[in-house]
Amino acid sequence: MATNLWTQSRQEDDLDTDEMIVNMGPQHPSTHGVLRIELRTDGEVVKAARPHIGYLHRCFEKHAENVDYPGVIPYTDRMDYVASMGNSLGYALAVEKLMGIEVSPYVQTIRVIMAELQRIASHCVAVGTYGMDIGAFTPFLHLLRDREKILDLFEWTCGARLLYNYNWVGGLSHDVPDGFVKACRQFLREFDRITHPELMDLLIGNKIFVKRTARVGVCPVDLAISYDLTGPNLRGSGLPRDLRKDEPYCGYERFDFQVCVGKGEFGPVGSCFDRNLVRALEMAESAKILHQAVDALEKMERADVKEKVPKRVKPAKGEVYSRSEAPRGQLGYYIVADGTAVNPYRVKVKSPCFTAMSVFHILSKGMYIADIIALIGSLDVVLGEIDR
Amino acid sequence: MDVVYRLLPESLPSWIAVALSAAIPAIILITLMALGPILYVYAERKISGFMQDRLGPMRVGPYGLLQTIADAIKLMFKEAIYPAGADKVLFILAPCLVVLGAFLPFVVIPFGKYLVTADLNVGIFYVTAVASLSTVGLIMAGWASNNKYALFGAMRSAAQIVSYEIPAVMALLTVVMIVGSLSLQDIVAVQAGGLQNWLLFRYFPLMPVAFLVFFTATLAECNRAPFDIPEAESELVAGFHTEYSGFFFAMFFLAEYTEMFVVSATASVLFLGGWQSPFPREWTAWFPIRLSPLWLVGKAWFLIFVHMWLRWTLPRLRVDQLMHVAWKVLLPISLTLVLVIGALVTWGPNRFPWDQLAGVVLSIGILAYLVLTAVAAWRSRARRIKETAEMAA
Repeated sequence: MATNLWTQSRQEDDLDTDEMIVNMGPQHPSTHGVLRIELRTDGEVVKAARPHIGYLHRCFEKHAENVDYPGVIPYTDRMDYVASMGNSLGYALAVEKLMGIEVSPYVQTIRVIMAELQRIASHCVAVGTYGMDIGAFTPFLHLLRDREKILDLFEWTCGARLLYNYNWVGGLSHDVPDGFVKACRQFLREFDRITHPELMDLLIGNKIFVKRTARVGVCPVDLAISYDLTGPNLRGSGLPRDLRKDEPYCGYERFDFQVCVGKGEFGPVGSCFDRNLVRALEMAESAKILHQAVDALEKMERADVKEKVPKRVKPAKGEVYSRSEAPRGQLGYYIVADGTAVNPYRVKVKSPCFTAMSVFHILSKGMYIADIIALIGSLDVVLGEIDR
Repeated sequence: MDVVYRLLPESLPSWIAVALSAAIPAIILITLMALGPILYVYAERKISGFMQDRLGPMRVGPYGLLQTIADAIKLMFKEAIYPAGADKVLFILAPCLVVLGAFLPFVVIPFGKYLVTADLNVGIFYVTAVASLSTVGLIMAGWASNNKYALFGAMRSAAQIVSYEIPAVMALLTVVMIVGSLSLQDIVAVQAGGLQNWLLFRYFPLMPVAFLVFFTATLAECNRAPFDIPEAESELVAGFHTEYSGFFFAMFFLAEYTEMFVVSATASVLFLGGWQSPFPREWTAWFPIRLSPLWLVGKAWFLIFVHMWLRWTLPRLRVDQLMHVAWKVLLPISLTLVLVIGALVTWGPNRFPWDQLAGVVLSIGILAYLVLTAVAAWRSRARRIKETAEMAA
């Protein structure tokens, strides 16, 4: 049969060029947990991405209705398991607000120290794994080395390395051990002198890193506000909004620190680079707060950290919304008490990671597959908190 | 090959002698070079460990020396799993092709004046030709796996290797033009008499640029970071070998590390004097034996160390950025080099008058820099250990 050149070329034109559906996750090395993303790709370019969440759903809010108020705290630890201290702090603050408990400055200072140590530890993971997503393995291990030092401090204080059950309603589970201040200072010295400069040189200042992130996943500030991004994601878009400054709790107003924002040095403001730069700079600011808090703690008289812990937590009928600045953004607790039971009538969590994930499908349009990974990492989501 | 042939007793029938003279060097080379990756994997893990402030393997054997051997044994005894819907023939053939592509260049790589399996007169052409075989293997692996990530990896690797082969060959062409021969032995012979005669320093500073282009391009051809997009573990799980397990996976591993040695050895032959000693002949005349294989292997290992150094320092480039580097940066540079050096070879002098001086100064400078950096790193490490101990006390 004689081949017809005309039909042959037509046939080539009719080559199947459908878009391909690629399933990324839930078992993928860089979706930061069990996130599943359905990608519609044309070659390497992503036409649309739809995240599927819920693989880690553990009925936190329903559980919370069935245990007493202090019993919820271990559950909160398991939400954002990378930064448990921030979760339990937020919950304790909410219940204290509901019951009108004022904790002593001693407890407040320890809470600030723990929260800021946790912020550094959490950002170590966030920035470190982000480097790994981009392909740089070494900064990740350098940062995890320093996270271990923080976890050692936590373990020394309360016995746990990941899920602490430390911030109780009205107080703390344990006082800090003798010599904690000194150990904390040693960590800070190493962090200021070695880890942080190393991070800025090796990862943030790396030319390839800048090239990979500076024009990727740009989230303008109005989009960030309309999707309720909070924390480093919002500050990366250039809006200096930080609850520690705007609505100080735990006595944050006593400490001198700056709110870091993305400035868009290498591209538009709000890129993946800006979000990570904010995290990296925030680590240094946290260290600054820690220096002051540790000095303050040293001058204070030892006090009973369980002094204000109620024997029986049974708030009067009412409802409360309280929010705090967790490492990943504003973590809000809405608690309804019916006044008759020792368990909450309703607990609702406003999770910063959930709102961060909600903007994903807009930012991911038209990206390369490699940038999808970069985007997920820069939003710094923890699936435990999204799914709860 | 010729040497072995001459050493065999003359009473042997000629066809047996020919067969033996081909088989003996092949067996020796393949055995030695297949053992190499065991060493490189151990080195890689130790080097990355030290760079990342940890120890690396320590458990199996003293300082973890037997770790890779244990790993190799484990991989060999693991079950090979064939994914559902895989093209089984291609699936098995792919790692074989990749290994073939990695091992065939050894035929022409000279380890000494007589230590070469075959000194083909198209030597360097042969190396570039057979090294591309592994690309075919990678594409086959990606296609046969019936996995979208593997397919992505294969497509990326094809695009990458096709792009980077061009600057690599252009850079190599400069050497061929200067020497006037494709034979690797001829290229080594030109560089005799110490490091000031290395082709790296010819037409200073043109050839150092050619070396950098060649090194970068071959780094990309090995699929090593920062050009490891075909197997980018954070993006494509494991790229083209996502679905491979057991022995077939080990073959990909073997091929990757062997390929590293091949490109490093080729770079040493082309630019760093191959098996020639870096010292003038008079300095080493008193030494009873020639250490030519050790010189080549040492130079190649240094380049492999640089490969590893880069891998554990740099993030990965994106696909389009990778293509940008190949087509918009490396290719124009290498084309210009070909033109300029071609003109120089045709009409200009054999070498610039300052070549030898620049070579000596540059090598002493690089060596001093490396030594000083190592000393500084060592001292800062010692100081840190001391300070940590003091602070803890």
